[in-house]
Amino acid sequence: MAEGFDTQSGALTPLPPRVGKGRTVLSLLFKRLFAGLLLLWAVSVLIFAGTQILPGDVATAMLGQQATPQAVAKIRADLGLEKPAPVRYAQWLGNAVQGDFGRSYSNRQDIAKSIAPRLKNTLFLAAMAAVIAVPLALGLGILSVLYAGTWVDRTVGLVTLSAISLPEFFAGYLLIAYFSISHFWLPSSATVSDSMPLAQRLIVMALPCMTLVLAVVGHMMRMTRAALLNVMASPYIETAILKGLPARRVVWKHALPNALSPIISVVSLNLAYLIVGVVVVEVIFVYPGMGQYLVDHVSKRDVPVVQAAGLIFAAVYIGLNIVADLLAILANPRLRHPR
Amino acid sequence: MADTLLTVTDLEIKAGDTTIVDRVSFELERGRVLGLIGESGAGKSTIGLAALGYSRDGLRLTGGRVTLNGRDILNLSANAIRDVRAATITYVAQSAAAAFNPAHRLMDQVIEATLWHKLMGRRAAIARAKELFALLGLPDPERFGERYPHQVSGGQLQRAMTAMALCSHPDLIVFDEPTTALDVTTQIEVLAAIKQAIASTGTAALYISHDLAVVSQIADEIVVLRHGRMVERGTVDQIFHAPRESYTRDLVSIRQHEKPEQVNAAPPLLAIDGIKAGYSKGVPVLHGINLVLGAGQTLAVVGESGSGKSTLARVVTGLLPASNGSLIFDGQTLQPDFADRTSATLRDIQIINQIPDLALNPRQTIAAILGRPLTHYFGLRGAALKRRVTELLDQIELPHTLLHRYPAELSGGQKQRICIARALAAQPKLIICDEPTSALDPLVAEGILDLLMRLQKEFGTSYLFITHDLAIVRNIADTVAVMLEGRVVRHGPKAQVLYPPFDPYTEKLIASVPQMRPNWLDDAIAERDALRGKTVKQGQTP
Repeated sequence: MAEGFDTQSGALTPLPPRVGKGRTVLSLLFKRLFAGLLLLWAVSVLIFAGTQILPGDVATAMLGQQATPQAVAKIRADLGLEKPAPVRYAQWLGNAVQGDFGRSYSNRQDIAKSIAPRLKNTLFLAAMAAVIAVPLALGLGILSVLYAGTWVDRTVGLVTLSAISLPEFFAGYLLIAYFSISHFWLPSSATVSDSMPLAQRLIVMALPCMTLVLAVVGHMMRMTRAALLNVMASPYIETAILKGLPARRVVWKHALPNALSPIISVVSLNLAYLIVGVVVVEVIFVYPGMGQYLVDHVSKRDVPVVQAAGLIFAAVYIGLNIVADLLAILANPRLRHPR
Repeated sequence: MADTLLTVTDLEIKAGDTTIVDRVSFELERGRVLGLIGESGAGKSTIGLAALGYSRDGLRLTGGRVTLNGRDILNLSANAIRDVRAATITYVAQSAAAAFNPAHRLMDQVIEATLWHKLMGRRAAIARAKELFALLGLPDPERFGERYPHQVSGGQLQRAMTAMALCSHPDLIVFDEPTTALDVTTQIEVLAAIKQAIASTGTAALYISHDLAVVSQIADEIVVLRHGRMVERGTVDQIFHAPRESYTRDLVSIRQHEKPEQVNAAPPLLAIDGIKAGYSKGVPVLHGINLVLGAGQTLAVVGESGSGKSTLARVVTGLLPASNGSLIFDGQTLQPDFADRTSATLRDIQIINQIPDLALNPRQTIAAILGRPLTHYFGLRGAALKRRVTELLDQIELPHTLLHRYPAELSGGQKQRICIARALAAQPKLIICDEPTSALDPLVAEGILDLLMRLQKEFGTSYLFITHDLAIVRNIADTVAVMLEGRVVRHGPKAQVLYPPFDPYTEKLIASVPQMRPNWLDDAIAERDALRGKTVKQGQTP
């Protein structure tokens, strides 16, 4: 308010005590965590309800030709299918929370045990792609802002747009055709095993990794560019230029910190996609990850496996978004340092 | 022999085919202050930025030279111009609130260029910044730099920006309307700080403003610009006492109108009784407002930003229903929520907004904008509608050729006239004017005020006129209310409110209004210490 004639005396609010700042960020964090858990619960209801209304019957499907009424009834009793749906949902959720996803209908194996190594493989592939794609996208985005309107900008834009436009299965086969068939540089099959040494593992995974990078880098790069250009129109960018700072420092120090929020959210969406959306890529390259496992069991109508995979994918998605929200909060000085 | 620092010779800058700056020449001696004055579009900022070898997107330097310390600024390499900007010539922007980066602490920004160009060590630069914070009267100079921009006020940011400009001991600072975005009582503080800083550091300055009264307090010499051309150049005394050009004379004589006050007791049209209102529960913005507006009169509501004057306007229009109190309009109680009011009542109260660009639909022609209320309230169509629309254009002194234009094709003053005509179309008893001239240049604003006064005389319309500008109050008001922090601190006929004896806040407000005479700032600063003592004793609100 009216600041008045009073310049020398401390009529203005003193610096806020440092304890205060953590509280707001913490309460925001708890709100997001709570909302995330609520969302995850809602997803679990949807997944369970969705698998209930699927047509067909597991018992009939499992038995095939031998589906006599007696055999079907026996299997239904074994699997607990005659109990009412809410009871089965409560049992399923209670076990899932404890890490027990039940047994697969098709091969009677413990789902948690079968999923663990595959989830590890999927996360490894996603991490490898992310480590390459995120810095590449940010770098290309910054580059195209530094050279906005020049041939550098246009070339980067064209190449990334083409990469986005190629469907993954097509990009994957193109890479195989070039790197495996024409030149024998890289293997087309990414069948990894635990005993494989790391170096060999990375070589085997090179092509699926490249496919994923091509799929996500364009989206992130374009968002980085747009967010930066938006900030570059701010008066404080003109101030920085008029202070005699070179363009690279203006972009890096003055534009990037204020563009982080949209960049973080698009990066997190793409990271989630790297984990959840790898189904096609894993199938193409015969990579033993979650995607392939899921596809196998969907065709066998193996409801508990589909439910478990769905729940894990949802948790990853929601978790990454919470992390992104949190980082966006931390990137905002107004929230980190309230008045 | 004068020591020339900056020479601008035949500078010409174009945007496409339009000439923005047309062969402007002047020079500035070391340690002197030159004021550049003119309306928006006069090319002042463009010239100021050209002195830093910078032009905004879409502008081209097409001719002339700018030399600083004998170096040709416009033909330096990218590296060399960056060195010049950091060390020799610096810039203070109009809105420091937007010109500081929200992501970094003030200290880091103030010393950044000095460090980057290795003009000082980090420790020396920090010491220098703290010294400047103290010189500019910032609170707690030792720790001020630890704050982020959103943690300090607009007036403090403007002073911090001046500190940033002074940090590297530059020869010249370009001040680009540094106080325009501030309230008057804050403006006077910032002006005093800038003036003191210029005097004690001995830097030269190019001071850009649209406000002659402000420039004349700081500048030694003044260049008057209009439409990109230099109109006149002279010392402050000469510009004030012997202006050569008629445009300069108009600028000097502005703000000297005064509406003769109507002292006769007009019957009240609007009575505001005990109004309390706020935007969120438990956070009142208005704490019990009592005001009366006579029929055919103007009530000016004066206050700084945040005083609640626009909130009061929203309450009267019914956009923000009051939580307590009542509104009596034309002998009837007004419903608090506009949705509950009758069509006739809605017609009787119209509004003119601060920014005509936001009030006019850019996709409608002027004919459609003016025709809509006529059809809505009076059912006019066809030839009758057309006749009435042209009549309205006559009343606001605009040519009929504008009928088929869109708002974007009109000037700021023309657009505000259209807003007035749109309000007038409803034949209201009361028009709420919410800072209708604060986005306009002084001479254009004066035309709008004259128009409003003429219309009042012709149609007997009452105005609830919201403004932060006391000069306008003198110009148009019959009665005045001074608002501070959601309360009315003073209310009555203009002759009472604007003349002593004062309450401390009104006294401060009046003393802060820039006056068209040299030495006004010095006098006001000299008075303020005595005043400060009084304010502390009596408290801010009586």
